Amino acid sequence: MLDTLLPILIFTALALAVIGAVRRIRLWRQGRPSRVNLLQGLMALPRRYLVDLHHVVGRDKMISNTHVATAGGFVAAAVLMTLVHGLGIAKPLLGGLLLLASTSMFVGSLFVARRRLNPPARLSKGPWMRLPKSLMAFSVGVFLITLPTVGLLPEGLLEGGSSWLLALVLAGVVAWGLGEMFFGMTWGGPMKHAFAGALHLAFHRRAERFSTKKGGTGRSTGLKALNLEDEAAPLGVEKPADFTWNQLLGFDACVQCGRCEAVCPAFAAGQPLNPKKLIQDMVVGFAGGSDAGYTGSPYPGKPVGEHQGAPNTPIVAPVVMKEGKALVDAETLWSCTTCRACVEECPMMIEHVDAIVDMRRHLTLERGKTPNKGAEVLDNLIATDNPGGFDPGSRLNWAADLNLPLMADLKQVDVLLWLGDGAFDMRNQRTLRALVKVLRAAEVDFAALGAEERDSGDVARRLGDEATFQTLAKRNIATLDQYRFLQIVTCDPHSFHVLGNEYGELGGHYQVRHHSTFIAELYEAGRLTFAPWKGGSVTYHDPCYLGRYNGEYEAPRRVLKALGIQVAEMERSGFRSRCCGGGGGAPITDIPGERRIPDMRMNDVQQSGAELVAVGCPQCTAMLEGVVDASAEVRDIAELVADALVERPADDVSGVSRRTVAATTAEEVAL
Amino acid sequence: MQPEQQQKQQKQGIDVTVLVSIGRHPITGRARRAEQDARGLELALAMEAELPGSRINVLHAGSQDVDSEVALRSYLGMATGVGMGLESMTLLEQPDGSDAILPLVEHLAATSPQLVITGARAERGEGSGLLPYALAEHLGWPLVNSLASIEKVENGVVTLLQALPRGQRRRLKVRLPAIISVDEAAPAARQSAFGPARRATFSVSPTASDADSELAQWHLSPARKRPKRLKIIKSASARDRFKAAASKAEGKGGQVLTDVTPEQGAEAIYKLLKEEDVLR
Repeated sequence: MLDTLLPILIFTALALAVIGAVRRIRLWRQGRPSRVNLLQGLMALPRRYLVDLHHVVGRDKMISNTHVATAGGFVAAAVLMTLVHGLGIAKPLLGGLLLLASTSMFVGSLFVARRRLNPPARLSKGPWMRLPKSLMAFSVGVFLITLPTVGLLPEGLLEGGSSWLLALVLAGVVAWGLGEMFFGMTWGGPMKHAFAGALHLAFHRRAERFSTKKGGTGRSTGLKALNLEDEAAPLGVEKPADFTWNQLLGFDACVQCGRCEAVCPAFAAGQPLNPKKLIQDMVVGFAGGSDAGYTGSPYPGKPVGEHQGAPNTPIVAPVVMKEGKALVDAETLWSCTTCRACVEECPMMIEHVDAIVDMRRHLTLERGKTPNKGAEVLDNLIATDNPGGFDPGSRLNWAADLNLPLMADLKQVDVLLWLGDGAFDMRNQRTLRALVKVLRAAEVDFAALGAEERDSGDVARRLGDEATFQTLAKRNIATLDQYRFLQIVTCDPHSFHVLGNEYGELGGHYQVRHHSTFIAELYEAGRLTFAPWKGGSVTYHDPCYLGRYNGEYEAPRRVLKALGIQVAEMERSGFRSRCCGGGGGAPITDIPGERRIPDMRMNDVQQSGAELVAVGCPQCTAMLEGVVDASAEVRDIAELVADALVERPADDVSGVSRRTVAATTAEEVAL
Repeated sequence: MQPEQQQKQQKQGIDVTVLVSIGRHPITGRARRAEQDARGLELALAMEAELPGSRINVLHAGSQDVDSEVALRSYLGMATGVGMGLESMTLLEQPDGSDAILPLVEHLAATSPQLVITGARAERGEGSGLLPYALAEHLGWPLVNSLASIEKVENGVVTLLQALPRGQRRRLKVRLPAIISVDEAAPAARQSAFGPARRATFSVSPTASDADSELAQWHLSPARKRPKRLKIIKSASARDRFKAAASKAEGKGGQVLTDVTPEQGAEAIYKLLKEEDVLR
């Protein structure tokens, strides 16, 4: 009886899966076009899955091994089962392998079940709670029906008239397993993540973020530029169908593991953002419906079930409506600090920040609804080239007594010192003065743009004002084009990121270094000598735009080590560093929460026992120094270095010439 | 009045013309939307939300070039929904330095809007603040300055809230058509969005223009900050200081003139200016 029933079951499930797949693909295709090399993507899929994805999943060894056993077992079992039971190729070898695969899957599903016994808050419940049972049903069912095939059980056992009940039960178990694993995969069950996830990896919008055999860095963090020349192109994302198709596909890949939720600073602060819920809302948006089916943690302060959407209705309600809401509230989008912690943690390689900025672009460029101080900051950027509305001519006031060399006079130097908007901030001016002292001590041939410099456009871009960003960027590029320099050095990781990663698309290609990287190089070349550290214990706060955005975790630590400081690491440091709350225009849009993000970060500092926290970013300095009753002092790396500088011994100077470090294009110019 | 009738009346809406000029950023001098004119447009947009069916016409007299176009478009970027009447702007084209008053008067007389809203003073050019008065004189319409809000429009009468010094307000009823001028007392203008600003169009009509011969003879130089007369507050407590800051100035040696002829009024003002050394 099973011999006739099984092929019917298997091929029905497969057929339904194919129908579901077509339906799902049509949902994704509602999105706007995006050029992806489909074949190349599919070819790269195995490597992206086995190397890049497992690099992220492997951070939790338990889950990683569980997944290998379960998913590997399932894929093998599904293929073999189709051959053995579907097509009736009952070779003992195939049957044996099938038993092995289903056993592996069963062992894996035991671990999945164990995790579901007392699931952490970040995991979604609902259908996900039945998944381990379905996995077991599939693996046990397949195992049992395969036993007769390999001859471990007599062939006739399930054939006899008395055992028809047993056969029926077995068929039922197999049907349940097939339903979850084949049918559910393409019809929106928990297994959807496997189907959508595989295609998402293959057709990812940022193919360059994956490593390559040749050893590519696999980092792609710059936002994609809007084409402002084309007046018909939408300015950002108004409705779910305005995303590109592979973005929609990416949302569908979400496995609801909640790793993003666990690291999101806005969520932890009680602001109305949860990256996992946001991605699920996008899925609700392009599939149509309400968020009532969502079973994870809600946006803090916003009950589930009140929002709904459709592919072609606005994501954010156009006018404040008393009753009924759209898919997402604007304050959810404005809570994000663009720290990329969610993207870094996401095992499915989903790009949360891209999606948020896309939606912000619509709110700012089409609706003029940048909250709180947003409009004022953008107006200032347009009228004065800096967010504070200061006189552009006063950008160098802090250096009035430093006789700072200017590009306009020198035309050609080794190092262009990019000041950033911290030049207007009295706290950051101390950092800048320290940095100038260090550069002078190392006899670096440098100059600043001075009043010619403009805001890099970072804040404008994160606030969604792509037009102002591009205007600022193009004018900065035009200014930089007039001069010759080997590299740009800046103490602002935001400028660093924008100049290095986002100007390229607009025609500006520069070698940019963060001051910590540059100081580390100077020290290693023997051009700086430090007095031994006499202070207390020190911890280091990784700025998001230096670490996660640009992968620079080591250089600041090398500098601190050179100073004789042993860094007492915080629990969340390196790629897991918690944001200070200052990125993405979050201090400007200032969405209220229950706690402040910098307060939480200062608690991290306190727990490390450090008396001083070294930072490398004007935003982080401002945010952390704004913490009331802080337990630790906040100092920029440049300040620590400047304080520790000692005159180099005379013999050292002749030994290490500055020419050995950076090839000079210019002869020394007298100041 | 019956509620239904009221609704019908409300639905009618009125024609509003907002006069906008090209502003000048106080620090960098870049062209921008003028602060007061933008507030005027904000007032019109808020009124339109209250009074559906109102039509807003944005009007500018001046030359059209790259810089000024960006500034003018930023007014149109204040449209936040389709059908807000900001899809286009009427541009009375005239060369720089021409007198804007006559073309504006002609246009307003021809289109006969019920309400004209303008900023009190331009940010560049003469900036004398006389334009609203000149328009009112030419058109023979009433003028209300320093407007805080438009409360309601009913049967051709608009109820306005006028701002007086120290946060005081005065409610006025004015028969339409009327001109109202707006200064810093009006609500701040909303954000200007790039998308609607870029899509908006200009309907340009060239105007016969007279070069402002008087202006051409003037010597223009950047304004200096004028010294402020110090107000010495001798106060012991916070309450006194608050009172001094918030209360109406105590009339010291002043006089209230009521029911006097214009000549007598002018005489009194002239005398005061002499006393204060403004006129010598």
